Amino acid sequence: MQTPKFSSSRVVADRDPQSRRRFLRNSGIGLAAAGLFLTGCEDDDDPIVMENAVNLGSGDVGVLNYAFALEQLEAAFYAAVLQGSYYASASAEEKQILADLEAHERAHADFFEAAISSVATAIPALEVDFSSINFNDRSSVLNTAQAFEDLGVSAYNGAGRLLENPNFLVVAGKIVSVEARHAAAIRSINSGSPTAFANSQVVDGNGLDLARTPAQVLSVASAFITTPIDASGLPQ
Amino acid sequence: MKLIKLFNQFEALADAELQTKATSRREAFNSFGRTFGKAAAATLPLAAFMTPNRAFAQTSGTGITDVLNLALTLEYLEAEFYAMGLDAADLLTGDTRETVALIGQHESAHVEFLRSAISSLGADPVEKPDFDFTAGGTFNDVFTNEQVFLALAQAFEDTGVRAYKGQATNLMSNGDILTAALQIHSVEARHASEIRRIRGSKGWITNANNTTGASAADAVYAGEDNVTHLGVNATTVTDVSRDQLTEAYDEPLTKEQVLDIAGLFLA
Repeated sequence: MQTPKFSSSRVVADRDPQSRRRFLRNSGIGLAAAGLFLTGCEDDDDPIVMENAVNLGSGDVGVLNYAFALEQLEAAFYAAVLQGSYYASASAEEKQILADLEAHERAHADFFEAAISSVATAIPALEVDFSSINFNDRSSVLNTAQAFEDLGVSAYNGAGRLLENPNFLVVAGKIVSVEARHAAAIRSINSGSPTAFANSQVVDGNGLDLARTPAQVLSVASAFITTPIDASGLPQ
Repeated sequence: MKLIKLFNQFEALADAELQTKATSRREAFNSFGRTFGKAAAATLPLAAFMTPNRAFAQTSGTGITDVLNLALTLEYLEAEFYAMGLDAADLLTGDTRETVALIGQHESAHVEFLRSAISSLGADPVEKPDFDFTAGGTFNDVFTNEQVFLALAQAFEDTGVRAYKGQATNLMSNGDILTAALQIHSVEARHASEIRRIRGSKGWITNANNTTGASAADAVYAGEDNVTHLGVNATTVTDVSRDQLTEAYDEPLTKEQVLDIAGLFLA
């Protein structure tokens, strides 16, 4: 098992150090599955592991590939949701929301692939493992969707400062607010509470949403992405 | 006086003051770290605010405190709007009242947060303007008719999302401020989604559709039907329908567009 090599010197706000554990629990995945990979690039790394890892790259391209990886994860998840029996029997409102989310995340992933490829190398399709999710069960699907959407919001919020090209920041901004709209809608239908869309799990006393570093985000996402990801080139 | 004129006058004053109080960005940043850290300590590790800036060339454009004062102006508007709505007898009840109360709490927190941030950067927070939420008589029943109130709430939240988005690039010289602004931006988007869904709209914006029912809010949605990002016509790289493609991206507004919208509600 590799230890992720990320600087922790600039930890963006993550007010809930237990969030990863809760994410995993809510998603129905055992803790044993956590922390499986996240390749670091220490000198003593197994060269075979590094050969198999997908390298996000460095600089702005690395950040865009990082976003692309997350969009791939979300798109793959909703594609699977639409094949499950929960979706087939869901209410009209829930079907509409989930179908829209599937389309939106696929649109984001398709866009990143094209945009990155036009200037650099986009990462290939990542392998995912959703065996911990029961796509026939409403709670399993909605808890995972909620966790993914909140994770996506916090990822973009934390990554904005890593970008140097203003045009890339604008695009990230165009996407993150839609992820936040998703998160609010999923939270609302998941709990039924009138305050779930932005309660204190995700918004602090200053009225600020969560922001997470790539290291924090990838350590959570790694429970579902089986392709090893080398994020060591990302800006700190 | 048009809001934009008022605002520009304020900016000139604030800029002059900032130059005497903080002669360099580093100085301004250090001041921010010292004072602002106190306000944020409850939830944000102080270390996050002490990180050295990434050096971005910013030779032109809007200054950071100008951006924060623009944001503060919008937050004043939202905070007062929700406070008045919650004070109005029999306007908001049940679940809707709970939702609006949480949103109002966030907007008030944003006001305090931004005022602290601006002061910490050595500038003066703009004073709260006087608002007229009837927009000169267009919405006379805003505080007696829940549907009108919620329609305006939707317009304000969708405007807020676009306003922060449009200013993000002006904050790139200060990563901590940029991150905080993004953290507010996504909260506004959560608000917008919830209010829209309470009103029976999707949580996201399809094309440039103004679903508030008020033509005065058309400007809030103008340009939301854009499908070109980074020079890529997104319709050419995906099978997703055009309607859903426009939903997948929110679009920025310029400062001038934002002030034109907010100016409708200036007393």
